[in-house]
Amino acid sequence: MRQGSEMSKPTTNAGPFFPRDRNWHPQALSPNYKTSVLRSPQKALLSFGNTISETTGPVFGQNMLGELDHDLVLNYAKPGESALGERIIVHGHVLDEEAKPVPNALVEVWQANAGGRYRHKKDGYLAPLDPNFGGCGRVITDENGYYAFRTIRPGPYPWPNGVNDWRPSHIHFSLFGSGFAQRLITQMYFEGDPHIPMCPIVRTINDPEAIEMLVAKLDMNHTVPMDARAYRFDMVLRGRRSTMFENRMEGN
Amino acid sequence: MTKLEYLKESPSQTAGPYVHIGCTPNFIGNMGIFKEDLGARMVNEQTNGQRITIKGRVFDGTGTPLKDAMLEIWQADSEGLFNSPSETRGDADPNFTGWGRQPVNLETGEFCFETVKPGSVPFPDGRVQAPHINFWIVARGINIGLNTRMYFPEEEEANAADPVLGRIEHRVRVPTLIAKQSGDTYTFDIYIQGENETVFFDI
Repeated sequence: MRQGSEMSKPTTNAGPFFPRDRNWHPQALSPNYKTSVLRSPQKALLSFGNTISETTGPVFGQNMLGELDHDLVLNYAKPGESALGERIIVHGHVLDEEAKPVPNALVEVWQANAGGRYRHKKDGYLAPLDPNFGGCGRVITDENGYYAFRTIRPGPYPWPNGVNDWRPSHIHFSLFGSGFAQRLITQMYFEGDPHIPMCPIVRTINDPEAIEMLVAKLDMNHTVPMDARAYRFDMVLRGRRSTMFENRMEGN
Repeated sequence: MTKLEYLKESPSQTAGPYVHIGCTPNFIGNMGIFKEDLGARMVNEQTNGQRITIKGRVFDGTGTPLKDAMLEIWQADSEGLFNSPSETRGDADPNFTGWGRQPVNLETGEFCFETVKPGSVPFPDGRVQAPHINFWIVARGINIGLNTRMYFPEEEEANAADPVLGRIEHRVRVPTLIAKQSGDTYTFDIYIQGENETVFFDI
């Protein structure tokens, strides 16, 4: 694979990223999410300003995408068939902390099927696998930072944390910006799901406003009548400072 | 007073145990959606530089290797250039991606990257950084991806002058960032917590 041939021009210069607000993100150690107890660093993180090792990162081009990569309803289905469940479109805007669109951002998604079962050899939940649903897809944001994909709404499922913990319906998102320090994995939840405030993983986040950022809103204007409902889910990646003297400041 | 209006970054959430479904589906046998797992190959026959293999495991607080982790690495090419649009100093080796992604083995917890030894790159103040590879680790139970770096044991002088390693106040922790070498194979074990906890970065 040669990434270089697929890259487009940088839209931001290679300045350092705004510091991460570590109190806004979940704390590494959050004992109600039991697995974090033995998988959280106990010592303070080492802080240093970004070097070129952190401000650069891989960028992917549209030509790496297959025709159905953005369509989870069809991308694992037999010809003429489709995945079972509520058909939905998830779309939104990827911005940075200065509200500037992030173009060419690779967005990878994965999720359970409509019954709440993952296509993974380690998932033994008794809900059946859907033979027409693989559970993964990917898109790249357009020049204005927009993305959209089609899927089915994943089901909630129980998981062995507490004796009766259930995950709300959710879709996992993996995001690349233009620098490695922007790398982010997060989850999207669905507006109105009563499991959101109960979930120990959601509750690793302390600030209710931060949780709200992960809740997609029903978007009736973008539904496809008689076909699919739409959910709007915007995401924010870290902003960058202009490098004042080394580069022309774009947009300044 | 003018209020500064910035958006907040989307908060992180754990990648969970099933990160493979989205990031390395072929690895777990979910074939037919993506031709090849992204980041599986960093080099080809034409790549410049010294071929190296990086192996290791990620250990939890009891010393048990994680079996559901996924790692990504990002590094300069053999000349010290990054294959990124944000690289402004020159053109990196077009036959080297600089970015790799590998899940750990589901049974043993071992990861393995086939890559090249990176050249050195500058620190913002003009000093030279020792050759290093950036690591990013996600797994079930890790609420926000862990950043660290691997350095090379044979680069003693460069490591001693490295501005990032120089920031580590507790010098006994420096060796946690330095791989062990055996020929062209480097072993870099990562300890999430405990006595030998790896130095993780807030970058």
